[in-house]
Order: sequence, then C-alpha cells, then structure tokens
Amino acid sequence: MTMSLTQQIITIAMVVLGTMLTRFLPFIVFPSGKPTPKYVQYLGKVLPSAVIGLLVIYCFKDVSLLSASRGIPEFLGVVVVAFLHYWRKNMLISIAGGTIVYMILVQVVFL
Amino acid sequence: MNDTKESFHTNPLRIYNHMNKRNQIWVAFRAAFPYTVPILAGFVFLGIAYGIFMNSLGFSAIYPILMSLFIFAGSMEFVAATLLLITFGPINALVLTLMVNARHLFYGISMLDKYRGIGKKKLYMIYGLCDESFAINSTVNIPNFVDKGWFMFFVTLLNHFYWVIGSAMGGIFGSYVKFNTEGLEFVMTSLFVVIFIEQWMKEKKHHSAVLGLGLSTISLLIFGGTHFIIPAMIAILGVLILLRKQLEKVEVSAT
Repeated sequence: MTMSLTQQIITIAMVVLGTMLTRFLPFIVFPSGKPTPKYVQYLGKVLPSAVIGLLVIYCFKDVSLLSASRGIPEFLGVVVVAFLHYWRKNMLISIAGGTIVYMILVQVVFL
Repeated sequence: MNDTKESFHTNPLRIYNHMNKRNQIWVAFRAAFPYTVPILAGFVFLGIAYGIFMNSLGFSAIYPILMSLFIFAGSMEFVAATLLLITFGPINALVLTLMVNARHLFYGISMLDKYRGIGKKKLYMIYGLCDESFAINSTVNIPNFVDKGWFMFFVTLLNHFYWVIGSAMGGIFGSYVKFNTEGLEFVMTSLFVVIFIEQWMKEKKHHSAVLGLGLSTISLLIFGGTHFIIPAMIAILGVLILLRKQLEKVEVSAT
C-alpha cells in the first residue's frame, strides 16, 4: 500500500464529502422555509419515474452483448420478475423468483 | 388554584401524548420494515461481497465497516477502494465522486416536498439518501395512520444498518463463504424492476417513465457503462424541461 494512513483518511473524507454534496445540495439550494420555484416543483413530480427508469438501466451497465451469455440471463431474469409481479403482485415473491432464476442461469446454464 | 387545576388536567394528557408518540414510532417501524426486506437480502449480500473485495485487496475489516458507515453509497465504495490503491489525489477523488454520485441530485429534488417539515430526522435522511431508500420513499403509498417522517426515517436507517452489517460480515468472515453466491446481486436489479412496475401501474401517464428508460438506454449504448449516467441525466432533464407545458397539461386534465 503506497498511501499513509493520513492520506487514506483524506481520500475517504473526500469521497464522503463528494457524496454528501450530491445529497445535500438540492436541500441547500431550495430550503424548506422558502417556496420552491415552480419548475423545480414540476421536476420533483416528474423526475422519480424517470430516475427509477435510469436505475433499472444502471443495473445493466456492465452487461456486454458481446460476452458469452450476451445478456440473456439478465433479460430472462427481468422477464420473470415482471411476469411474477403482474401475476401475484407480491414484491417479495417477484424479487425472490427473479433472483433464483437468474442465479440458476448464471451458475448452471450459461457457464 | 387555577394553576393546579390546569396541571391536573394536562398531566394525564401529556402522558397520553407521550405514549401515543412512542406508539406512532413503533407503528411506523412496523410499517416500514416489510418494504426493506428485499434490501436486507440485497445489502447483506452486496455488503458481504464488498467486505470480501476489500479483504482481497489487503484491507482489514475496519475499512469496509467505516467506509460503509460514513460513505454509504454502494458503487462509490467499490470505486473508493481502488482510489486507495493508486497515488494520493484528493481532488481527483472528489471530482470522481461527484460524477459517480451525480444522480443523487435528482433524488434530492424529488424529495424536497416529501422531506418538508419532518424535523431534525431530515438531516440524517438526506445523509442516507441512497438509491434504495430513494426508490422506496419516493414511490411508496404510506397509509394515513402511519407517521410519514418516521416511516421514511426507518427505511433509511434500516437500509444503512443492513449495509454496514453486511460489510462487517464480509470483512470479518469473508474468506469462509462456501455457498455459491454468484448472481445473488440480481436482487437489487429485481427490486428496481418491481418498483418501476409498481410506479408504472400507479401513474396515469407514462411519459416520464418511458423517457427515463429510453434516454438511459440510448446513453448507455452511446457512452458505455462507465460514462453513461451524466449524459443520461442531462438528456432526461432537458427533455422533461422541453415537455413541461405538455406534461403539466396532461397532469391537470388527468385529475
């Protein structure tokens, strides 16, 4: 390890600072005491759906269509989750079912 | 005389209020816990994976434990581990963190209203506003009899707790894991897919959801896994602002 303990602490502190900046900034710029501008209120309403879409895609950022499995296990896993969720509407069943199918696919089927 | 009469009357009321408050907190905890169970599974597993990863890089268990406690941003902690192995560069670390975690800005903007007026808990809830806490707190319908502030507080606290416990387990016992856990990280993907579907079924118009999914996919195809988030965020923001007139009209006519 090339860093001293102090340097490590500073590096981690920088990561904490950066993370906290991204989390606190909106609340600092738009404090709850003052009325939030209309366009920010609008964004607050429409952003969650879009951002959850972004989060879903974020999970596939390391999937390569050129790899041996070509992203098929990920695709099938999502299909199982969606199917179970439309059918049973039970969050835990959908998540457990999709994860088990995915694990079988990556451990047994696509080696 | 008047004074004693009043205290006689207010005292039992105060005791009742106190009991009621404790009861409210307990009710909120019990309402919040089931929503965090998938995250319990996901975070304990991912935390263990993180602890093992740190262990394999030669860091003792205290590193993953403290980093999970203070940073509490899963993907960034993996990046931070690699930052500790290269030459010292604090500004580089800060800029990289801002880029990787820029999506949190959107979480904050989305939670401005929901986090309004819930007192000192709010500071901790902003501190712990990770992907999973945001995904639950921004979409869940909290029943009327449950205190919303405490509900969202417990979602945040439980998630934080799971993540630290997982990292500690991975850091301490990581080398003894024998069960083949390959693919278990898919619980997080499944959780986001379920939350996406729930949100989809709840809303009348799907413009925003489709935009988020579509623009992120396009950005991922163009820029690749490591650089796609910021272009995707800019595209989402840009298109949502351009469509403001139409989308607000939709909302008004839908209600």
